Amino acid sequence: MPWIEFRLEKRLEPPRWLGPSMPFVAVTAALLLGAAILLVSGRNPAVIYQRMFQAAFTNPGALSATLAAATPLLLTGLAAAVAFRMRVWNIGADGQLMIAAVLAAGAGIALGERSLAISLPAMLVAGAIGGIAWALIPALLRAYLRTSEVLTTLMLNYVAPLLLFYLIIDSTSYWRDLESPSARVFPQGKTLAESDFWPEYGEGIAVPFGLVVGVVLAVVLAVVLRSTRLGFQMKVAADSETAGHYAGIRTVRLLILVMVISGALAGLAGASQVGDFSHRIEPKALQFASYGYTGIAVAALARYNPLGVVLSAFLVGGMTNAGFAIQGVDLPLGLIGLIQGLILLLVAASEVSSRYRFVFGRRARPEPRGPGPPGETGEQATAGAGEGGTS
Amino acid sequence: MQHHEYMEDREMLKMIEESVADSAPVGSSALAARGITKAFPGVLANDRIDFDVVSGEVHALLGENGSGKTTLCKILTGLYRPDSGLVLVDGRPVHFRSPAEAYAAGIFMVHQHFSLVGPLTVAENVVLGWTREGGFRFNRADVEDEVAAVAERLDMHVDPRAQISRLSVGERQRVEILKALYRGARTLILDEPTTVLTPQEADQLFISLRRMADAGESVVFISHKLDEVSALCDRVTVLRQGRTSGSADLREERVDARGLARLMVGRDIHFERRSRLAAAGEGTAVLEMSGVSAVDEDGNRVLADVELSVAAGEILGLAGVAGNGQLALAEVITGVRPSASGEVALDGEPIPPGDVRAAVDRGIAYVPEDRMGTGLAPGLSVADNITLKAFRRPEYGRGPFLSKLRIEERTNDLITEFDVKGTVDTLARQLSGGNAQKVVLAREISSQPRLLVVATPTRGLDVSAMETIRGLLIEAAEAGVAILLISEDLGEILDLADRVAVICAGRIQGVLDAEGADVEEIGLLMMGGSVEGLEAERVGSDS
Repeated sequence: MPWIEFRLEKRLEPPRWLGPSMPFVAVTAALLLGAAILLVSGRNPAVIYQRMFQAAFTNPGALSATLAAATPLLLTGLAAAVAFRMRVWNIGADGQLMIAAVLAAGAGIALGERSLAISLPAMLVAGAIGGIAWALIPALLRAYLRTSEVLTTLMLNYVAPLLLFYLIIDSTSYWRDLESPSARVFPQGKTLAESDFWPEYGEGIAVPFGLVVGVVLAVVLAVVLRSTRLGFQMKVAADSETAGHYAGIRTVRLLILVMVISGALAGLAGASQVGDFSHRIEPKALQFASYGYTGIAVAALARYNPLGVVLSAFLVGGMTNAGFAIQGVDLPLGLIGLIQGLILLLVAASEVSSRYRFVFGRRARPEPRGPGPPGETGEQATAGAGEGGTS
Repeated sequence: MQHHEYMEDREMLKMIEESVADSAPVGSSALAARGITKAFPGVLANDRIDFDVVSGEVHALLGENGSGKTTLCKILTGLYRPDSGLVLVDGRPVHFRSPAEAYAAGIFMVHQHFSLVGPLTVAENVVLGWTREGGFRFNRADVEDEVAAVAERLDMHVDPRAQISRLSVGERQRVEILKALYRGARTLILDEPTTVLTPQEADQLFISLRRMADAGESVVFISHKLDEVSALCDRVTVLRQGRTSGSADLREERVDARGLARLMVGRDIHFERRSRLAAAGEGTAVLEMSGVSAVDEDGNRVLADVELSVAAGEILGLAGVAGNGQLALAEVITGVRPSASGEVALDGEPIPPGDVRAAVDRGIAYVPEDRMGTGLAPGLSVADNITLKAFRRPEYGRGPFLSKLRIEERTNDLITEFDVKGTVDTLARQLSGGNAQKVVLAREISSQPRLLVVATPTRGLDVSAMETIRGLLIEAAEAGVAILLISEDLGEILDLADRVAVICAGRIQGVLDAEGADVEEIGLLMMGGSVEGLEAERVGSDS
């Protein structure tokens, strides 16, 4: 063949199996590409991948660390999934999480050494309220003034950490620890009383309480979206807001409700950070972790399906954990980040390629016998377009 | 080696071209298609189509939706390339790679959506983006004179200095035609040009098109309005399912609308013409509007002091040129848009403005003009779309839950009853236009409404789907539903309605009995005349 040509052709209807299989294809392809990069940089990909796998899942304590890493990602992933499904682009989970952490820590500190049965629900509620409050600002702006929530949620992500730094470092606020010896060296947040630490479950491995909350909420969300009247309205409004309005669905209220749910989920991630893990506000750690953004990636990998988010949070959590565990002189953390980035890129690409197909082959040309009578001309053209190599 | 093979292909192509050129009716044909085939995934849009336009004729290209008219025209104007077959201009094969190359060969198309720049003048739009040899300078006065000359020749009334945004739709269309002619069009393709025109404007257009043909240029007139085709065109080519299904010389044989319909659909079509109510408009009013006004997003008044009433079992037709407040009227009645003032009452009780849910609950059904996107959620299934409004009802599930089983049962019943070609799982956007409209009607009619507001229910549908939809409307009226039929197709209104209300610039210009209504009169009302004015004129001319 003189030239192999290919072109992108829009699929009239993508086959139904294609969507759900795409994340697996993307992950596999990313691992293969990552392997190529490892090879080029003079490392043995098989060895590295084996070390990653062990560090994520099989080494002593690895699974617990992976679950800990997955907990915030599960909750922020659900926050993103719920919003993005309805085409509400809440990328502000990061900020919502931080504000929630402030309120949850405040509730925890205020309740002091009372029983966990009081402080734990109080912290959960406080966290949810914090997330909702931070999400309501862009929600109301979008609903009534039509500002783009992409910009407002993003901008608020810059405001939240400043507030955290102010509370812990630049002021003598209620949240700042002014007494313990270490706090005199460097400013830090007040630590919760040990009785307010959230419980862990399991023997041998530690399942954080926040993870249990996340899994339960994932199931609830899946049911709500699939088989309730509310879920139906969300489905309609997501597909066509105009059709929703025409059908009498109050789309503005629905939009606000979705932002509230999304903010609450991000807020629970913030509460869990305080209750499960850090037990105090750690501005630097929260800012560096950027759970909110990774949550978007987790949701995308799950194609915004709540139950899928459970799986993808576990996977991404494992990779994050492994990245930290095996980084060293021979393996910079950036390389792990690179593979994570590749996965996301390929997931995004797979969204496009599931709507298009590649058609290989040369440009169709007239039949040699002439354009008049031959009956096969048309059929061949159809067959060519229909069965041309797809990928 | 590879290079050699490629050469062979080129030679073979040349041979084919020569052989075709020999067999083509050279000379007379300004534009011709020979064995045009074009496939899209899963669809053979054009299947060995032959088509000829002779200089000096108006040639109709007639066909139902999806019959391949648009694809063929896109190939003729260089937007698509055919999989096989040839396009010939003056008997010579051409291979357009872009619309620009088609322009150079004198082939222009006027699309349904105009490509004009609002703030510029007519003359500026005519030359915009078009460079004549040696021309970097733009001599305004010269261009304006030339444009005026072309307009004169076609008997078109257009001021070259007028700003486009101030022109009516009909005038803008004339500018599109002028643009093509000024740039040297010898063949002009018009895609359903009369959809946006009043009857009078359409008549004007026909005069201009005839002038063009008489001057030796050729016109391809795409339409599915059969009476226009038989009134205007010299010859007709009919496409059906991607093939040329017939052609006729209308100058020699008298083919009426019925005959053309047979060529298009392949069978006889029977449009029901309704036996009108004896006492039109005198039953108890279901819908009553008094003093209703509304504004659009920018605060412009789109409805002014509308008074209308529709009785049970009556079809009230609302005639008007597109964009004169019909959409606002429909939306205000159905609560999709809040009114600014006035009252809309159903069965004597006012409906809260801007409350869709209240309107739905009170029994107002609405078949919107925008089928895909408003009437249907395109990415959802037929089942979901059938449930679009009814999902709140208790019979669809307990408490907050929706019963999938119940939804599917109900959908299957309606699919059978309304003869929808599709299953519960078919996505709305996969449905053909006719089936999509049937799904909307199935949902709205099955809700047992008191009032049914339908906007351009058969637009874009093929003749057989039209037949079905019209039948469903008549059936609903006979069952006692009050129907407000909004349509740009005056013929449809006159066939179906008991009374005709005419709207212009958001005002009801008059309400006439459909029986014995005069099309001329309705046309004048559509352009803003009043019933009193018409009567005065009549008295004046009689004396």
